[in-house]
Amino acid sequence: DLSTVDVILISNYHCMMALPYITEHTGFTGTVYATEPTVQIGRLLMEELVNFIERVPKAQSASLWKNKDIQRLLPSPLKDAVEVSTWRRCYTMQEVNSALSKIQLVGYSQKIELFGAVQVTPLSSGYALGSSNWIIQSHYEKVSYVSGSSLLTTHPQPMDQASLKNSDVLVLTGLTQIPTANPDGMVGEFCSNLALTVRNGGNVLVPCYPSGVIYDLLECLYQYIDSAGLSSVPLYFISPVANSSLEFSQIFAEWLCHNKQSKVYLPEPPFPHAELIQTNKLKHYPSIHGDFSNDFRQPCVVFTGHPSLRFGDVVHFMELWGKSSLNTVIFTEPDFSYLEALAPYQPLAMKCIYCPIDTRLNFIQVSKLLKEVQPLHVVCPEQYTQPPPAQSHRMDLMIDCQPPAMSYRRAEVLALPFKRRYEKIEIMPELADSLVPMEIKPGISLATVSAVLHTKDNKHLLQPPPRPAQPTSGKKRKRVSDDVPDCKVLKPLLSGSIPVEQFVQTLEKHGFSDIKVEDTAKGHIVLLQEAETLIQIEEDSTHIICDNDEMLRVRLRDLVLKFLQKF
Amino acid sequence: MPEIRVTPLGAGQDVGRSCILVSIAGKNVMLDCGMHMGFNDDRRFPDFSYITQNGRLTDFLDCVIISHFHLDHCGALPYFSEMVGYDGPIYMTHPTQAICPILLEDYRKIAVDKKGEANFFTSQMIKDCMKKVVAVHLHQTVQVDDELEIKAYYAGHVLGAAMFQIKVGSESVVYTGDYNMTPDRHLGAAWIDKCRPNLLITESTYATTIRDSKRCRERDFLKKVHETVERGGKVLIPVFALGRAQELCILLETFWERMNLKVPIYFSTGLTEKANHYYKLFIPWTNQKIRKTFVQRNMFEFKHIKAFDRAFADNPGPMVVFATPGMLHAGQSLQIFRKWAGNEKNMVIMPGYCVQGTVGHKILSGQRKLEMEGRQVLEVKMQVEYMSFSAHADAKGIMQLVGQAEPESVLLVHGEAKKMEFLKQKIEQELRVSCYMPANGETVTLPTSPSIPVGISLGLLKREMVQGLLPEAKKPRLLHGTLIMKDSNFRLVSSEQALKELGLAEHQLRFTCRVHLHDTRKEQEMALRVYSHLKSVLKDHCVQHLPDGSVTVESILIQAAAPSEDPGTKVLLVSWTYQDEELGSFLTSLLKKGRHLTQPPPLPSPSWTEPGLHFRTVGALSEQTLRSHPWGQRPCVMCPPRQLFPAKEKLGSGLSCLYSCAWAPKRWLGQGVPDSSFQ
Repeated sequence: DLSTVDVILISNYHCMMALPYITEHTGFTGTVYATEPTVQIGRLLMEELVNFIERVPKAQSASLWKNKDIQRLLPSPLKDAVEVSTWRRCYTMQEVNSALSKIQLVGYSQKIELFGAVQVTPLSSGYALGSSNWIIQSHYEKVSYVSGSSLLTTHPQPMDQASLKNSDVLVLTGLTQIPTANPDGMVGEFCSNLALTVRNGGNVLVPCYPSGVIYDLLECLYQYIDSAGLSSVPLYFISPVANSSLEFSQIFAEWLCHNKQSKVYLPEPPFPHAELIQTNKLKHYPSIHGDFSNDFRQPCVVFTGHPSLRFGDVVHFMELWGKSSLNTVIFTEPDFSYLEALAPYQPLAMKCIYCPIDTRLNFIQVSKLLKEVQPLHVVCPEQYTQPPPAQSHRMDLMIDCQPPAMSYRRAEVLALPFKRRYEKIEIMPELADSLVPMEIKPGISLATVSAVLHTKDNKHLLQPPPRPAQPTSGKKRKRVSDDVPDCKVLKPLLSGSIPVEQFVQTLEKHGFSDIKVEDTAKGHIVLLQEAETLIQIEEDSTHIICDNDEMLRVRLRDLVLKFLQKF
Repeated sequence: MPEIRVTPLGAGQDVGRSCILVSIAGKNVMLDCGMHMGFNDDRRFPDFSYITQNGRLTDFLDCVIISHFHLDHCGALPYFSEMVGYDGPIYMTHPTQAICPILLEDYRKIAVDKKGEANFFTSQMIKDCMKKVVAVHLHQTVQVDDELEIKAYYAGHVLGAAMFQIKVGSESVVYTGDYNMTPDRHLGAAWIDKCRPNLLITESTYATTIRDSKRCRERDFLKKVHETVERGGKVLIPVFALGRAQELCILLETFWERMNLKVPIYFSTGLTEKANHYYKLFIPWTNQKIRKTFVQRNMFEFKHIKAFDRAFADNPGPMVVFATPGMLHAGQSLQIFRKWAGNEKNMVIMPGYCVQGTVGHKILSGQRKLEMEGRQVLEVKMQVEYMSFSAHADAKGIMQLVGQAEPESVLLVHGEAKKMEFLKQKIEQELRVSCYMPANGETVTLPTSPSIPVGISLGLLKREMVQGLLPEAKKPRLLHGTLIMKDSNFRLVSSEQALKELGLAEHQLRFTCRVHLHDTRKEQEMALRVYSHLKSVLKDHCVQHLPDGSVTVESILIQAAAPSEDPGTKVLLVSWTYQDEELGSFLTSLLKKGRHLTQPPPLPSPSWTEPGLHFRTVGALSEQTLRSHPWGQRPCVMCPPRQLFPAKEKLGSGLSCLYSCAWAPKRWLGQGVPDSSFQ
């Protein structure tokens, strides 16, 4: 029930594609937090998606097959699809705008108070522009949520690891999809394959998202094409948001790595694609229609979406270039299986290269990170606790930590293994002044506190009691029993033990005579024969047994109390 | 007594060389490090010897914060860090970090290359100084050390200008730097949350001004420029490279476009052009509208405004020139001014504040004959116009910000003493906030009373919170606990827990009173009578009759016994602990009056019925024990605390206490002395 959700924290722009479904139709009334680049680029991704989908309007949509009995009979991928009844139509731009308008922008290391109870803080995760990990903490507990992080140096600000230290629980997710591929090697392969194809007169198609790795690829190509003698080959970037994406990338200086930041200080654009555009090497178009058809020259390199090859301009290029073995399609986005993506286009003559570039953490980096950060507990999706099913012998492809990671599954509630024991409370200075600490052990002092508790917005404050606390004189108040006091002083607990001899001496001093002391197994019994009173003294208890003589009882009580400490 | 101390080294009842020292909870922070444009001698920099005579500044300052890149806020920074010597962190926002060194270099060039000053900081010093800078994001909480944290808020004014919150524990100070409360054509308005600082240090440049609507001013400005160029005059607008320059450029650019004017607009070279690049790259720091439209059209790419060349100044015909610096105290603007001043067709528009001593200030105050360097006298025939386009908050804006932040007190800097006085009164009267306006070198001391944060055990707190839900919640509730102070670690726990943690045993003090009654009935019967009597009298209390014949009232145990020697006398044994003294002693007096007592005296409202106090009665028991026990919250009071609920097998063994603890009143009364080994 999403109306019970108070807050949504968004880690990066890939993680917010379903946001309109939550904010628009579920009764969710909470707050969404995200960084500015996440929102801006997330908007671009959604805008592209909506645009692609709206280009292929469907007059009718089949839904009868969603009936379980029919679905059972369908061929494989459809048969196994889960929860088809919950499948939705793509949202509209209006819903996107409405959803995004509900997001509160935050900056890295900004402390955001939630209901006075917890504080959340986004930290740089190093994966994408504005991508964040989150710390959720109270004064005594700390949970870190690490999702989609990267330790590699690409364009975003490096990951902030130091702030993750001392976590009670670290939730770890969004690891690399391709743990076996090295992103650096993949970039090299990407460039060499691209060069090879172009030299042979073929075209290169790169299905990709309009933001993210494409910036790094363009930067690599910027350095590479001159040395490879390809500077005359046009680069085309086709997306409804191509221009916005390229422009936005240049203005988020504060979210970039140090190198790029210092470029802005010069002042120069942080990404070299500005120069590529200026020199006309890189051209961007909202779609293949319009200007593009006039400018189109082959051989060329085309960056376009959608990486699933199911919709968007990429479909046209697959149709156009698929039949020639001179051409190459290079898959760089790790989100889709390239074989499945290509299936409907078979048979294909064009070359297919798969060099997925996923800069997110791999398992070696995870174990390094965990060693560095030392969380008390690690929580992660179940998949990470065992090797991938396809490579079940690769024991290195799983999270290995001590104590073993707790795993969770979809729609499962997991209780985090810590017990909250303390919370912060403020003591007003006036009250603090009135406290009388006594040293119990070296370095440890105690003070009894009786104060009025004020709680507002989950913040607690202790104020001095409205009246000065009366010493333990319950009797006085009894006489004015009509006047019910607002605040009562509670009798303190007692501690210590009573030395019998001194006690007896004190009794004698106070006019008790005829005192008899008997030893028992656990202590002593002091008999005041005249008063028919018996005081049983043990190590940790004293029992006064007397006739109903209040005066006597109070006298004895006060004498006993002299020997005891109050708490 | 903790206190916050503030000493302005500059900008105290003055505009220029902003530099304010703040001591808060033992931390020393320097806010801004500016130069004074009205002086060319030692007075242009703050007197850093105030901080320390011979020690290193680094040892005395925890950090330096620069609010924005204007030279009167950062101009002394290389002098301070490299020549006086400071190696600690310097905090500023990213745009400030980017632009500040360029302005410093520019300032250095004018001072050294043009005026030939010696003993000035070098380019290398500027670079070294900038290496000590740590850039901060808006709203980022920067932990300077374990205790001191700072946070930047958007201030408008110029690109990258920020207000800073300085916080140690629960004490905090907000320094506004320069700010603007109304959004303009390229920047947004300053904003701060209700952070309730102990002190708000605010600029007060326009302490007495309440500016008319911005639209009118803009229209006025455009009209004047338009009229002058129409009649063939030249318009000089002295500006600082960054800030108003961009604002007015946008204004003129849109006007030229709308009116389709062809008169050239020039921008003095170098710096200003570069400045526009910064604005393009730091779009997130500009206002909403520019941020939204920058993809389609970057507002800082001007079509009508071209770079200025020195030779253009002598060109015939109308033109508009933006030239630096803004106060006509040096550089290109002054050169052009000298060339054009003699012609009454021309016009100079001063769009911002001018510091005393500058040419700008002189012509604005009506001087028409200026003594220039080399004893020349320059007669000013051109029209002089002043239009406040400075992006400073006016009196209304300052009041608005004070209202937003809700500080305990306000301290005015960066303004003229007379005007401050006025604003001070206004703030004290209208907002009822104490207000200070120290002069340079004068220290304001504010006592603070920070609350002391301690950890409270959740058990204790929750117990209290639950009580808070009761109908009596509005009554102030007392919380009782023990504060354990170990080193610097303070924890508030329940008394029981404190004893346990310290390894101290609780000492149970118990009273048992014998109440003698004349009654011939059997003990059981008597107990039953006592029970029904108490039940009818003590309606607010839990009175129970136990199977073994004893009666309990809350945690107080009453048993009837028959001393062997006299069958007509019965003894009621009433037993309670020290913690239940009030009820215990009340009960004995009640019972003493015997069964004849039908109308009870008014009952004291015993403390344990008071919300929040229950726990004491069940103190030593773990919650687990309580829940599993048939008695619920009422343990046997006869038992020493740690053997309250023995195993079930012992039940019904014929002992007086239902729960078969060692206490057996019948037996020892009969024998006179209890046998403590009895089991």
